Amino acid sequence: MSVVLRPAGRLFVYAVLIFFAAYYLTPIYMLLITALKPFEKVGILQMWDLPTSLYLDNWARAIPLMAPNFWNSVMITVPAALISSAIGSLNGYVFAKWRFPHSNLIFMLILFGIFLPYQGILIPLVQVLTFFHLYGSIAGLIFVHCVFGMPITALIFRSYYATVPRDLLDAGRIDGAGFFGLYWWIMLPIAAPGFAVALIWQFTNIWNDFLLGVVVLSNPRLAPITVAINNITGSYSVEWNLQMAAAILAAAPTVIVYLLLGRLFMRGLLAGAMKG
Amino acid sequence: LPEAGLQSATGADIVGPRSFTAPAKRRPLRAWLKSDTFWACVVISPSVLAVLVFIYAFIAWTFYISVINWNDVTPDLTFVGLQNFVRLFQTPRFITDLRNTAVFSVFFLGQCLGIGLLLAILLDQKIKGEAFFRTVFVLPFAVSAIVTGVAWKWLMVPSSGINAIFGAVGLDFLQNKWFADPHIGIIATSIAGAWQMSGYTMALYLAGLRGVPGELRDASKIDGANDVQYYRYIAIPLITPVTFSAMIILGTISLRLFDLPASMTGSGPAFATDSPAFFMFETTFSQYRYSTGAAIGVVMLILALGLIVPYFFTVKEEIER
Repeated sequence: MSVVLRPAGRLFVYAVLIFFAAYYLTPIYMLLITALKPFEKVGILQMWDLPTSLYLDNWARAIPLMAPNFWNSVMITVPAALISSAIGSLNGYVFAKWRFPHSNLIFMLILFGIFLPYQGILIPLVQVLTFFHLYGSIAGLIFVHCVFGMPITALIFRSYYATVPRDLLDAGRIDGAGFFGLYWWIMLPIAAPGFAVALIWQFTNIWNDFLLGVVVLSNPRLAPITVAINNITGSYSVEWNLQMAAAILAAAPTVIVYLLLGRLFMRGLLAGAMKG
Repeated sequence: LPEAGLQSATGADIVGPRSFTAPAKRRPLRAWLKSDTFWACVVISPSVLAVLVFIYAFIAWTFYISVINWNDVTPDLTFVGLQNFVRLFQTPRFITDLRNTAVFSVFFLGQCLGIGLLLAILLDQKIKGEAFFRTVFVLPFAVSAIVTGVAWKWLMVPSSGINAIFGAVGLDFLQNKWFADPHIGIIATSIAGAWQMSGYTMALYLAGLRGVPGELRDASKIDGANDVQYYRYIAIPLITPVTFSAMIILGTISLRLFDLPASMTGSGPAFATDSPAFFMFETTFSQYRYSTGAAIGVVMLILALGLIVPYFFTVKEEIER
């Protein structure tokens, strides 16, 4: 049933929506135009002006500058997102479909991790990683992301599996499938979209992470791209136009994933918020 | 609905909407080892162990570090009780940080919930191009806080950026020094944060509004309610749970505030844009005052409990369904 608004009212609604679209796009517009200008043209006075010509020198400099850290982020994010989604798919299956002693309590104890301020565990984390020679290594950061990704992936998969009807599992059991058979032949194929949701969610979170990266892997050579961006923007020796080009490179993967797979991204967003 | 799957520890039962109560009889060990519940426990236990160690044992360990005197590179395990906390609360920077957290939370939540609800209601009006608007509104959520900070740092340059826009449209009185102003620095930070998260809040609200049964809207129409009254008296009260979980999620983000100060200004003038998380990081990893850093971590954990406890009371029902 549609809402009948007078034409003036509808015009007002669209005006507000367009205003806010401009609000959300302005910082992105600013990143783009600044990254396409030569240094002489990024001054305070011409800040809002469109670039007069396409100046690609920033990119020629930003890409080699950021490439090593970009690849570090790929090396960290891809395995960590895959492993934590795989773990989450098993955990979510158990929590959604099986009762075992204190399963609800244990699920809540895991969920707590979503709200944990990491400052409360960073010092022991560094100590333990150092002890196992994982501190300052990409493998160490992947491990950390897998551990702290467990709560959210368990939640995403649990809510996804909860929609699978019990009759389907009963039928599978009659056919002789056990715990793993039901998971492999019934749940996992059904949950393929759920897997994509968790994967996208973890990819975005891990790619955009700064805190764990700067604590575990601050070595500039091995650091993820968020840490590298922060290093170059913190020093005033790097020009603004170059900083913006680097920031665009850092933002591109998650933005592209979002634009291509927006629907799955939104589902992760809603599952993660546990609407209550 | 009868309690599904309430059973003995050894019974294997698939939990589902249909009720099924397994007989509560003891089975021999061998049967238990073959049972599906056993495998469920086996699969879940590494994760449970990891969570117990990396979250709960680490929290306990942080508490321990906060009551010893390890404020240098070499560990000093002398027990000093609450001395680190007493000194922390006498440190002006920490008091400023707590105030910043409070101010940031209020402004950040205010913007996110206000803009989020407004945009969700507007998008709920059968808008042409809704998908476009939705995509644009949520886009910043896909961008990292670090990149957000870089962009807003540039936009909030006092001598140009947003100030230039305000000047051009005759809103000169709104011009200010943003994060360079000791009084409003943290509010400037909250503007950058809200840019990132208000679209996310909109998405939560929109899902909530779409979940309101259509008959309620029809009924309210028949009763003569206009749109404003429909939202004011029916839809918004019905989506209170959305507001509640949004507040808890956004509150958690406020408490953890770290990336934005790191990428925009650092601590700022007179710690105007400092946060407990940023202070904790510098104390621990630049100054090696581990026990003081742990004490900051403990204070943050206690503040987080204030958000987590109400959340758990609400999700408890949902989980146990």
